[in-house]
Formats: sequence, C-alpha cells, structure tokens
Amino acid sequence: MPVIASLICGFIFGSGLVISGMVQTAKVLGFLDLLAIPSGNWDPSLVVVMAAGLAVTGIGYAVIRPRAPIFTAQSHWPLGREIDRPLLTGAALFGIGWGLVGLCPGPAIADLATGSPGVVVFVVAMAVGMAVNDVWRLRGRANRCGRIGRRWLRAGSGLVGRALKRRTVLQTEPAENERGRTKAGE
Amino acid sequence: MANFTPVSAAIGGALIGLSSVLLMLFTGRIAGIAGITAGLFGSRTDDRAWRLAFLAGLIAAPLAAGLIGHAVARPQLPPSMIVIAVAGLLVGFGTRLGNGCTSGHGICGIARLSPRSIAATLVFMAAAVIVVALTRHVFGG
Repeated sequence: MPVIASLICGFIFGSGLVISGMVQTAKVLGFLDLLAIPSGNWDPSLVVVMAAGLAVTGIGYAVIRPRAPIFTAQSHWPLGREIDRPLLTGAALFGIGWGLVGLCPGPAIADLATGSPGVVVFVVAMAVGMAVNDVWRLRGRANRCGRIGRRWLRAGSGLVGRALKRRTVLQTEPAENERGRTKAGE
Repeated sequence: MANFTPVSAAIGGALIGLSSVLLMLFTGRIAGIAGITAGLFGSRTDDRAWRLAFLAGLIAAPLAAGLIGHAVARPQLPPSMIVIAVAGLLVGFGTRLGNGCTSGHGICGIARLSPRSIAATLVFMAAAVIVVALTRHVFGG
C-alpha cells in the first residue's frame, strides 16, 4: 500500500509541475530573470506556484502533524534546526546549477518523459553529483577514523621506542639508542 | 508581464502542495525530490520501492498529459552538453550537501517554518538569480 500511495503522490506532484508549466525551463528562467522586470518580460508564475503550494502544505501539515502515517509505522519529520555551512554551501551550489539550465530535481525527472537527450544527460550528471557527495561524506568519516588511528599508532610507536631505548640503554649500545630515539620522536 | 500564467500556476502549485501533504499522511515522508532520488543510492534496500514508485508517478504525469492531447514539449536547454552536465553535477552535489531542493526546502520546509529551509531557499534563489543575470545580461546576448 505505501508503494501505491507513493505512486499516486508522485503522479499528483508531476501533474502539478505540468499544469503550472514548471517542467519548462523557459518559465523557470523567466522567473529567475529579475533584470527583465523593467522591460515587462518578467514571469512571476513561480511565485504563485510556491505560494499556492505553501498554503496547501502549510495547512495540511498543521492538520496531520499530530497523527501517525496511515501505511507506515512512523513519520520522518526533519528535526535539524541549525543553519550551518554545509546547508548554505550546498544551497549555493544547487542555485548555480539551477540558474545555469533552469532545471531542479523534480522537473528534471518529470522531463525524462519528453525523451530529450539533454535532460537525460542532466539527470545522469545529477545522480553522479549525489553519489559523489555521498562518497565524499563517507571518506570524510574514514579520514577522521584514520586520524584517530594514526594518533594511536603514534602513541604506540612512542611506547615501543621508549621501551627500545630503555633496553638499549641497559645494553649500552649507542647506535640502537639513537634509532630508538628517532622512532620515539616520530 | 506577458508570460504570467497565474491561474495554471495556482492550480499546479496547489497540486504540488496536495502531493506533499498526502505523501506525509500516507507514508510519513517529506516530498523532497532530491532526497527521494538520493535515497536510491543509499545502502538501505528496504525503502527503495516507495522512492521508485514516487519517481515513476512523477514521470507518468507528462506521459499522461501527452495521452490526453497536451504533450509536454522538450524543455529548452543550453546548446552545450558540457554546461548541462556541469549544471546537473552542481544540482546533484549541492542538493545532497544542503539536504534539499526546491520541493524539500522551498515547499515542505518553509511550510513547516523551518529556519534551515528558509535560509537554504533564500540562498539558492539568490544564487540562481545571479547566475541568470550573468548568463542572460552580462555574457549572453
């Protein structure tokens, strides 16, 4: 049931994009082109799309917020409130890409239906960009683990070096002693 | 404002809102297209079905419009495939880093009055407006 409900919701969403004209890059760019206001060629349609979407979603969310979803165990309301650097950097990068072509994820995927080769290229690149970000985040975590690992290794080699040094001091061998110290110093 | 289409924009926007509310009511999910798409590449295989279903519905809408005689024209795109690919990469990478796109932050997030979403929407709108100003009025003809 949740899958059929998702399919219907996706269809309603796509219908909204088609009816409002937001599947057309010309309409989206016509809104983003604020410098066209003086000449009278500015297209404020996107503002109306957002206002209507926000009115319905705002009221709807307020009504359903206290209830559990019908077909699944729990709701996934986002909890984050912090305005941090990844949020702002990510939004800026997204805005640059959106402004370059006039496609954001929803219309891009809906426009696959038109069979446009350019849209296919855009969606594949978008998927690659998402995957790159996921890998990049994972690597960030791996690097942090690596740093902790290296610290342990350094502490460990320090102990070994000191032990070596003590032994070589006992054996009074200057060469070993020297090597032990450089290792401990690393 | 010769290109302004307020009635179809209001109907379309209301449908997008309806979809967001119904998706939350039925499945407890935010209707953010970037988030729904990106979840397909995650390690969790158990929640891929609803994501694929939503995206299938999204693609089905323009196809259905074609069947009833209102075919959706191919969108106008820059002539260079490189520009298109770079834009796609930026949109994919940016929406993941910033945790949302026009639908996730712009509609679902602002509807919850989330400060994160309001900030993100202001930033991506401003960035896009600047890029369009540059490409259309500074570098473009």
